Amino acid sequence: MKVLIFSLFIAFSFPIFAQDGGREIPSVDVKDLFGNNFNTGDIDNEGKPIIISFWATWCSPCKRELNNIAEEYVDWQEETGVKIIAVSIDDARNMQKVKPYVDGQAWDYQVLLDPNGDFKRLMNVNNVPHTFLVDGNNQIVWQHNSYSEGDEYELYDLVKKLSSGEKIDSH
Amino acid sequence: MAAFLCSQFLFLKAQENNKLPGEIHGNFEMTTQFYSVDTIIGAPIVPEKVLMNGFLNLIYTKDKFTAGLRYEAYQNVLQGFDPGYAGSGIPFRYGTYSGDLLEITAGNFYEQFGSGLIFRSYEERGLGVDNAMEGMRVKAKVRPGIYLKGMIGRQRLFFAQSNGIVRGIDGEFNLNEAFEGLAEKKTKVILGSSFVSKYQADDNVTYNLPENVAAAGGRLNLIRGNFSIFSEYVYKANDPSADNNFIYKPGQAFFISTSYSTRGFGLNLSAKHIDNMSFRSDRNENINNLLISYLPALTKQHTYNLAATLYPYATQPTGEVGFQADLTYKLKKGTWYGGKYGTSVLVNYAAANGLDTTSIDDLNTTRQAYKTNILSTGDIVFFRDFNIEVTRKLSKEFKLKASYFNFIFNNDVMKLAGKPGTFYVDIAVIDLLYKFNKTHSLRTEFQNMWTKQDQGNWATFVAEYSLAPHWFFSFMDQYNYGNPVESKRLHYPIFSSGYNTGGTRIMASYGRQRAGIFCVGGVCRTVPASNGVTLSITSSF
Repeated sequence: MKVLIFSLFIAFSFPIFAQDGGREIPSVDVKDLFGNNFNTGDIDNEGKPIIISFWATWCSPCKRELNNIAEEYVDWQEETGVKIIAVSIDDARNMQKVKPYVDGQAWDYQVLLDPNGDFKRLMNVNNVPHTFLVDGNNQIVWQHNSYSEGDEYELYDLVKKLSSGEKIDSH
Repeated sequence: MAAFLCSQFLFLKAQENNKLPGEIHGNFEMTTQFYSVDTIIGAPIVPEKVLMNGFLNLIYTKDKFTAGLRYEAYQNVLQGFDPGYAGSGIPFRYGTYSGDLLEITAGNFYEQFGSGLIFRSYEERGLGVDNAMEGMRVKAKVRPGIYLKGMIGRQRLFFAQSNGIVRGIDGEFNLNEAFEGLAEKKTKVILGSSFVSKYQADDNVTYNLPENVAAAGGRLNLIRGNFSIFSEYVYKANDPSADNNFIYKPGQAFFISTSYSTRGFGLNLSAKHIDNMSFRSDRNENINNLLISYLPALTKQHTYNLAATLYPYATQPTGEVGFQADLTYKLKKGTWYGGKYGTSVLVNYAAANGLDTTSIDDLNTTRQAYKTNILSTGDIVFFRDFNIEVTRKLSKEFKLKASYFNFIFNNDVMKLAGKPGTFYVDIAVIDLLYKFNKTHSLRTEFQNMWTKQDQGNWATFVAEYSLAPHWFFSFMDQYNYGNPVESKRLHYPIFSSGYNTGGTRIMASYGRQRAGIFCVGGVCRTVPASNGVTLSITSSF
């Protein structure tokens, strides 16, 4: 019996782990900055790349990353049509400060609120900042945990690759 | 073997039909610390010498079905975490089916009603906080704009469950979604209401305790253009517990937050009133265990070492009044005050006081203990925090951030280790970032804390060299140069280095860690002093 269960597990887990071309964005309800429910399954950029970045108002490297990208965002959008979705994991302590901060820093990102970590958990995020790159077919094709000054250049090189139709194979 | 072939055949069959068998993803974390003896800093002796915390999450998804589990291991639990985390097991597993009308979860789940004031089940792995529910939950979208949730179960306590059962319902009504005529209106209104109750058998010989304790609350979210208000009120029936010294007074909590923001300007003003609101599924528990309500501090969460870890404020659930103002402003670029690239200014002020109460001498009769004057504030200062942060990019290579903090910290109320009394604290931080080129950069922090109380003055120096996108090396030294006791004027140097690739991060550090308080979100944990090597691996796949 044990052998049977084990072999079934092996047989099914190989195809499961050997996924081709990334994974879908998991679907869960979060909030937008106006208190409305938003299902993450509806994340879309009409066939162009998407960056999903998990951050919090209390996370300095997260804010450095998103502020640095904000300076380049107009150019990035013009060149590749990329869209950035900044998912705040701030809970009740700081959630009400997210919109003032986003407006105060003049970010043009789509911002979502995930106060109890439901989307964060389904995306398997351990710590913030954690950044995902999503291709034109809404498949997650790349991710990066933490932020160092200059990380955005690697990210943008990958966005350009996706935008020109190249495949990204590293997870 | 036959079974193996058979299953492979089934898999090939499945592939022929182009039906993938679903996806498995997860994440993993393992932190191992090697402890050295260091009696000078007061590091506790660790007989095992090596301790480890770790977990693995696996999530399986297939169309509308999701299942997941978490394996956790503590061999033995790291210093500073609750020793209740002993051994290993699978304390978290669930299955969820999401249909168009209903979403049903059986097993473990995390959930929050409103802002969490009445009910929040959540995890903060880095702090060892996890009050996950075990039971069942149903979410329903009855019609556009109407969202209902119901749940029942027991909260997690380490590798076991609470004695008490928690059950509750929550409804949210989004007026603009519900009525077509309001969809395009400039004013958005969302109303919500919750009811939560707990059951715990009366195990007390002295008092006749209520076995069912109910709480009810309502909330309002109103948005018009750049202006928004969020407000929530919760009332809790009499709930004698170890936290409130078994009084029968009902509890209540009120929170209001208003914001106004435009491009380059953001302002948030909030206030709260909390009275006898400790709400746990086991009335005899303490610290962060089995909390039903989530009452975060209404103060800014600091990140610089000296500002964050020595005197952080935590909510007093038995009673407090709090106020906070938070301003974000971006000075225009190309002006004399904004500089070439613009300058960001953040100003924050927070205050917390005790309640204004009148004692009642009824501890042998009705046990209400006191009366609260809702409209005024008590005289006892719990905490004050004024802080300002200015960030300016000076050139393409050079970025400067300067911060100042002023705290008044009442340790007779907060009861941190150290001396009693009220501490008056000033902190200044200069944070410099220099970019050598696109990928090489050096960040340094010079922090100083001045205080005549407790441990006296501190200084912290940080240097962090990073090679994007993979490597970083950092050095930090904390120095208690102003300690009134000369032999305690110690250095706490620590080296760290890390490597990142994709969703994986490997980090090693070596050195001394000061005893202090480590906070994430609204919760803190006390960390004892330690000396040694720490290795950690986190991976997401």
